[in-house]
Amino acid sequence: MFDSVDRLLLGLATGVALGFLFQKGRVTKHEVIVGQLLLRDWTVAKIMLTAIVVGAIGVYAMFGAGWVGLHIKPAVIGGILAGGAIFGVGMALMGYCPGTCVAAAGEGRRDAMVGIAGLLFGALLYVAFYPAWQTVRNALGDWGKLTLPEWTGVSAWVWIAALAAGAIAAFVALERYEAKRRQTA
Amino acid sequence: MSNPLTAKSWSPYVVGAGIGILSWVVFYTANTALGITTAFENTSALAAKAVAESQLEGYFSANAKKPPKIDWQWMLVVGVLVGAWLSSWLSGDRNRISVPELWQRRFGPSVPLRWAVAFAAGALMMLGARLAGGCTSGNAISGGLQLAVSGWMFALTFFPIAIITALLLYGRKGDQSHV
Repeated sequence: MFDSVDRLLLGLATGVALGFLFQKGRVTKHEVIVGQLLLRDWTVAKIMLTAIVVGAIGVYAMFGAGWVGLHIKPAVIGGILAGGAIFGVGMALMGYCPGTCVAAAGEGRRDAMVGIAGLLFGALLYVAFYPAWQTVRNALGDWGKLTLPEWTGVSAWVWIAALAAGAIAAFVALERYEAKRRQTA
Repeated sequence: MSNPLTAKSWSPYVVGAGIGILSWVVFYTANTALGITTAFENTSALAAKAVAESQLEGYFSANAKKPPKIDWQWMLVVGVLVGAWLSSWLSGDRNRISVPELWQRRFGPSVPLRWAVAFAAGALMMLGARLAGGCTSGNAISGGLQLAVSGWMFALTFFPIAIITALLLYGRKGDQSHV
């Protein structure tokens, strides 16, 4: 029923750091999330891409050294496509994603608190009709816990270098575009 | 130079790098990846078990090896609430609002409408995340940084659909035409 107290406290401390970062990153704000989806505010993309590149470098370095294991989710195609579509519609309507919805509630936002109740209700629907959802999940096959390096036969470090180069190029272009837009505004 | 803890916002690159480094810590100290929605599944499963366990046989027999529990991730979600509260309290960036401004300009000030949509949207997001195996954190960021096919496939599915939905909801010019 419970993890050890150490592990619970570790989770709590990690969550405090994550919630703090979400709030300082302004992704607790409805207009920032919806602004990204309307392609007018690029905060979400900047945060996510930076987190992915920085995270990948450290995690793959530690994985290479044998310090950590990977935690890959299986590529259940039906579940990811159907789930991704439903998630996308929900996120546009909500204006927060699940993690930032919890953080937005911490910032005081009442609609995010109602959103958390909705998240719990959605989880209840998933648990209650679990066998039916599994049919959807597995409808289009399961590729297993596959990574891009395994799939393509290209080294993880080539992927990470390409990702980092692409992200930096995109950030430079974005910053230039935003500076220009501020000038004309 | 002002105190960063009381600043209302940090550069998105600093925040992104912080989340990336926090991921290293999570892999090393907790032997897992950042994620949010499994904790919600566990909460609902435990609550439902207390009321109507017999109705949930399909769930519990399929998850016999990993029964739902109050775990690291459950406390992580509690921590996210606390951390965001702490950050907003330190900077005075509290927003006790029922209807966000952008929503209000497009759909009006009705609190019941916004809350009804927020509830339904929350349920949709959670269903989608559980079907896919994770949300923006667990699938897109944690899966993305591990170069997981699942994480990238999820991100490349939900982002375009969220963008199309938002454009349909708010129009290409968003709220600007209503100001």
